Amino acid sequence: MQQLLTTTLSGLTLGFVYAAFALALVMIWRSTRIVNFAQAPMAMITAYVALVLIDAGYSYWIGFAAALLAGFLLGSLVEWLVIRRVDASNPINPVILTLGLFIVFHSLAALIFGSRFRSFPAPFGLRGFEVGDTTVALTGFGIFTILAVLVAVGGLVLLFRFTDVGLRMRASAFNPEVSRLLGVRVGRMLNLGWALAALVGSLSGLLIAGGGLVHPSYMDPVVVYGFVAAVLGGLDSPAGAVLGGLLLGLSLSFVSGYLGSELVAMAALVVLMAVLLVRPGGIFGGIAERRV
Amino acid sequence: MAAIKQVLAPSHATGRLLLGVVGIAVAVAVISMVGEFRATQLASMAYLGVAAAGLTLLTGLNGQLSLGHGALMAIGAYTAALLLPDADAGTPLPVVLLAAVAVTVLVGAVVGVAAARLHGPYLAGATLALAVAVPGLAIYFGDTLGGEQGLSVSVPDVPVWLADAIFFLTGTDPSRGRYVSYVAWVVLVIVLVVLANLARSRTGRRWRAVRDDEIAAQLVGIDLGRNRVLAFVVSAACAGLGGALMALAVRLTAPSGFTLTLSLTLVAAIVLGGLGTLTGAVIGAALLTFLPQVVTQFGGGIGLDDVQSAQLAPFVYGLVMVLVVLLAPAGLVGSLLRWRMRRAGRRTSAVLDGPPPSVPSGSDSSDSSDSEPSDDSPTSTQPTPRGAHS
Repeated sequence: MQQLLTTTLSGLTLGFVYAAFALALVMIWRSTRIVNFAQAPMAMITAYVALVLIDAGYSYWIGFAAALLAGFLLGSLVEWLVIRRVDASNPINPVILTLGLFIVFHSLAALIFGSRFRSFPAPFGLRGFEVGDTTVALTGFGIFTILAVLVAVGGLVLLFRFTDVGLRMRASAFNPEVSRLLGVRVGRMLNLGWALAALVGSLSGLLIAGGGLVHPSYMDPVVVYGFVAAVLGGLDSPAGAVLGGLLLGLSLSFVSGYLGSELVAMAALVVLMAVLLVRPGGIFGGIAERRV
Repeated sequence: MAAIKQVLAPSHATGRLLLGVVGIAVAVAVISMVGEFRATQLASMAYLGVAAAGLTLLTGLNGQLSLGHGALMAIGAYTAALLLPDADAGTPLPVVLLAAVAVTVLVGAVVGVAAARLHGPYLAGATLALAVAVPGLAIYFGDTLGGEQGLSVSVPDVPVWLADAIFFLTGTDPSRGRYVSYVAWVVLVIVLVVLANLARSRTGRRWRAVRDDEIAAQLVGIDLGRNRVLAFVVSAACAGLGGALMALAVRLTAPSGFTLTLSLTLVAAIVLGGLGTLTGAVIGAALLTFLPQVVTQFGGGIGLDDVQSAQLAPFVYGLVMVLVVLLAPAGLVGSLLRWRMRRAGRRTSAVLDGPPPSVPSGSDSSDSSDSEPSDDSPTSTQPTPRGAHS
């Protein structure tokens, strides 16, 4: 019973982080039809930005804000420098491009920040709350994680639903030609989309790092889990990505708790294959026909 | 004379076989002349080349991008390691290599069946998950697969006849490292010849058709799924072979050797050289083997420490990968080939400028009998009379 509760709670917390990462992937996929495999090292670099500031004596929150800002700028820069220049008529090209960026960011981080493991602080306690005489696996940082993701998702919903910029961004993703005719600066909107997605990606990077160890490849498994979560939700649906993230977080936590943590990645692969072969549109997606 | 020249050209099967024999002779000569360290480097170039050749066939010819070939290499490597646990195992090397191929083919068939239904980023994501997942299995089944420490591989003794032959040719006894290097290069050349023949065969044409236009390929009766799975299996076999050679060359098989980096390195190799060309795969493997040394020395020269300098090489090839996709999507070799073809095309079009190009007509039978016989005339004219008689 105790283990069931522990597994569920830690799975839920991780699920929120995967949801954020999946959301970042979905935002980019919707607007540019690219799966940004470089999202993981981009988030890793911004976590290092935070770590450098925190180690220099600034508070956690200054590092946190700086990392999010760095993510926003990095996303915008990457879109402007490379992504808009790729010939996407062959779907292999963008994939290779983001993999190239993956390698570049990886080695850049190892060059600048070193490739040893460094511990990353957490702003809240990492010990579970005590209820009666048992310890519940919900930590202060866990609650912060869940709240932070909820705030980010809520902010994005507000932006896309209720603001003019959000409407223009949705229009650019939905039909760039018509939007351009209607006076929307599509290039700028796509750029903003990449920047916001990278910001959400860095948020998930910071949440994974908090209270743990950071090294240049600490986010690599997360890109796989984020992708699986996004595909679970249909890759096209932000709400699906969030639900997919939660579901995947829970299931991987159960695999890790009851079978062994080495099998988590294999379980993610099994989930991914099952979804792709049985319901290519995602388990929440209602899209009738799409090529996978 | 012209006929002999044509038969011996690389575009002819006999020519490729001859090129292969010459290639093996040159490789053996070079390996026996260079020092022990270079021989080891050449061995690692050969195993990367074998795996990259398989991957470039899959990606360039069949249009499936796999990020999971590092995992398939791991399967080949672990098979080899299990067959060569200690000095008295005595499994002959050909058996080890064939067993690695057989196991990887089985796994590749399973993955290939799943992969055949996926496209572009979906396929990339699924194979990425494979690359991340497989090393975990080695830790989970730590009792047989050695866990984090991995398995050590003991290379069998050099066969007496080979040692004698090499002593006769070079006057020295081959060390085990050099022996592995010979084996790796012989395997690489054989793989290249086989794949080159395959690429030019009916199967290779089918794969290209599947890559270029699925609907057109289906209309001429090509089974998309079967050809995708076949391409994946052939490619997986190469990866397994490369992995087994890697186990022999490194003499250790551990999960840390088969991280995501290895899979991405293979993709980098085929992109740097040029997607779909076997030459490109070999050039890419050579770059990945020899570039780090050059770049690391450069890094030491500009005042970086060793650990930092080691990161310069991936930085360079990641950057080159991005630039190649942006500026020359056909890769270095591919762009060169295309440039040569365009130049040749300009020359022939200048010659043929006078008469308008003859249009092969399917509807008018009298026209097609008048037209000059060209290379593809049998396919375009045959159906018409047959249809008229029936």
